[in-house]
Amino acid sequence: MSALLDVKNLTAGIEGKTILNGLNLTVNPGEVHAIMGPNGAGKSTLSSVLAGREDFEVTGGSAEFDGKDLFDLDPEERACEGLFVAFQYPVEIPGVSTTNFLRTALNEQRKYRGESPLDAMDFLATMKEKMKVVEISKDLTSRSLNEGFSGGEKKRNEIFQLAMLEPKLAILDETDSGLDIDALKTVANGVNTLKNENNAFIVITHYQRLLNYIVPDFVHVLHEGKIVKSGDKSLALELEEKGYDWIKDEVVA
Amino acid sequence: MSDSQQILEEVTGSEYKHGWVSDIEQDIDPKGLNEDVVRMISKRKNEPEFMLEWRLKAFRLWQKMTEPHWGNVTYTPVDYQDLSYYAAPKQKKELKSLDEVDPELLRTFDRLGISLDEQKRLSGVAVDAVIDSVSVATTFKDKLAELGIIFCSMSEALQEHPELVQKYIGSVVPAGDNFFAALNSAVFSDGSFCYIPKGVRCPMELSTYFRINAAGTGQFERTLIVADEGSYVSYLEGCTAPMRDENQLHAAVVEIVAMKDAEVKYSTVQNWYPGDKDGKGGIYNFVTKRGICKGERSKISWTQVETGSAITWKYPSVILQGDDSIGEFYSVAVTNNMQQADTGTKMIHVGNNTKSNIVSKGISAGRSQNSYRGMVQVNPRARNARNFSQCDSLLMGDQCGAHTFPVIDTRNTGAIIEHEATTSKIGEDVLFYCNQRGIDTETAVNLIVNGYCKEVLNQLPMEFAVEAQKLLEISLEGSVG
Repeated sequence: MSALLDVKNLTAGIEGKTILNGLNLTVNPGEVHAIMGPNGAGKSTLSSVLAGREDFEVTGGSAEFDGKDLFDLDPEERACEGLFVAFQYPVEIPGVSTTNFLRTALNEQRKYRGESPLDAMDFLATMKEKMKVVEISKDLTSRSLNEGFSGGEKKRNEIFQLAMLEPKLAILDETDSGLDIDALKTVANGVNTLKNENNAFIVITHYQRLLNYIVPDFVHVLHEGKIVKSGDKSLALELEEKGYDWIKDEVVA
Repeated sequence: MSDSQQILEEVTGSEYKHGWVSDIEQDIDPKGLNEDVVRMISKRKNEPEFMLEWRLKAFRLWQKMTEPHWGNVTYTPVDYQDLSYYAAPKQKKELKSLDEVDPELLRTFDRLGISLDEQKRLSGVAVDAVIDSVSVATTFKDKLAELGIIFCSMSEALQEHPELVQKYIGSVVPAGDNFFAALNSAVFSDGSFCYIPKGVRCPMELSTYFRINAAGTGQFERTLIVADEGSYVSYLEGCTAPMRDENQLHAAVVEIVAMKDAEVKYSTVQNWYPGDKDGKGGIYNFVTKRGICKGERSKISWTQVETGSAITWKYPSVILQGDDSIGEFYSVAVTNNMQQADTGTKMIHVGNNTKSNIVSKGISAGRSQNSYRGMVQVNPRARNARNFSQCDSLLMGDQCGAHTFPVIDTRNTGAIIEHEATTSKIGEDVLFYCNQRGIDTETAVNLIVNGYCKEVLNQLPMEFAVEAQKLLEISLEGSVG
């Protein structure tokens, strides 16, 4: 079986400062990977670099996504190939409803894949079905995208978009930050429903809390721009108990 | 909501899609302007005596006036003696129905996207089309006549209803109102006339399409809309012109009179040729539009989407004379490349409890300059006047300019006036967010701009809103990254 995402010896940074420093990561379909680490370890940089944010510069290594060189693709091409990022700070777009935004996104992706655009009826039917998965209200989808949404509503909206766009690989970038326990459960429940043998998730988080609800197959610890320790879900619990200093000490030793 | 993807496909690669020239035989007058030219225009149209007198009065006033230069625009001066003041498609005889119209002319309308035939059958929009200076066909006239609605060309109105024209022409925009209005009053060659009788709600949108076709001509059309007591009409105006290297002058006048309890909605999608990327060619659009809410509880609403013209100088205004009358102005003005727009509105509160609402959305791209100029005036005896103004500017790139010149002149302490303004740029993070969902930057910009203009676009009748969206997209093509 070929890997969905294969990152080898990746180095990248911003404004000349190296942040990712020889990172290796392999994700296969059907897997959930958690990436944990202290602040400044490079967690969010990893998702930005994979998504193709322009400010970041890739200085070495490679990343293959579903058999294609990821760094050969524009950000929108990566999205159309099936890479999705649930952002930590989703933007607001005044005057554009979530419905309209998603219909545009979905049809752009369909166009890329050579499929005909979804007509309004089919689109609305799909929406109705997916809205149930993430328990999002109709009121929210008809409002301007994220405008005036609470932190929890924004995150829920990210998961709703994930449900609609059905990516092969979804990166959840600290989706749990700022969420109360109920919102956290809803988000986790959404992910668990959407998970199947053909897609994969990378859950980036600072805390172990989310992993009580989204159970990872692998847990990786990111430190100073590389993965220094990998294990199963018990590693997350160990981190929770001992803190990150224990890893830092281990790396130094 | 229209499908933005489909729209993008349609418009990709197109720059100015109305840039063709129709191969129609035309009557074009020799260049130059003097009293004889004014007399000749009037004579050719077989106008009543009062019209000629009024034209001559306007011409004499115009001769003493100087072109205004207070607008935030710069352009090479217009040589008024180097223009031809009358160009009409050659017709051999009077037309009784569309079947008799020159087929080439009908094809022109097809290319404009307003197949008159189609319109007639399907859309329920009555169209008066004005090419160069002459109104060529008005659809649906019989149906409207049953309700007592008069919708015809100005020339026809002067023949059939001279008393109505005489009563109202110049009553809102007088002959000597300003330099361009005076010029228009002297030489206007046609335009549309519309009268809605008491208590009649016009059952369809009335629409005028203006097109400049001939080279070396100016277009001076004049529109007069009178809505009698308790009536309602929604009026649409669209305009296109061929691509030419020279600048062409368009100096139109629109007058609206709304009597007691009458409502007039006037929507414009202005798409005159804007000139090329380096600012060569394009239309000088110097237009005077004004309405008067004459009676109590009357309402006039201007909605405009301005994407064309090299220079736009236009301030659709409302005089709120009747008590409890309402004036509205909704505007989207887009400038790209070297375009310059100086546009806004004037709301003049005269009656008691009058309300005005202004929503202006400016979008500047390329090296263009986009100015909002507005005035809210409250007269001393206008009690309880209310105004709300919102002026937003959106900048794309770092070579363009956005300016606002709001003037508030209130002489009654009971007036409540609110003014809000914002200036923003389309942020990298918003574009990246869209990219990450599979939306390319061009489509993302369209989506964001349409969202930004939504408040104004929502005011447009459905078909017009779709057209306006497409126009925004074409106008801003290639303006980002």
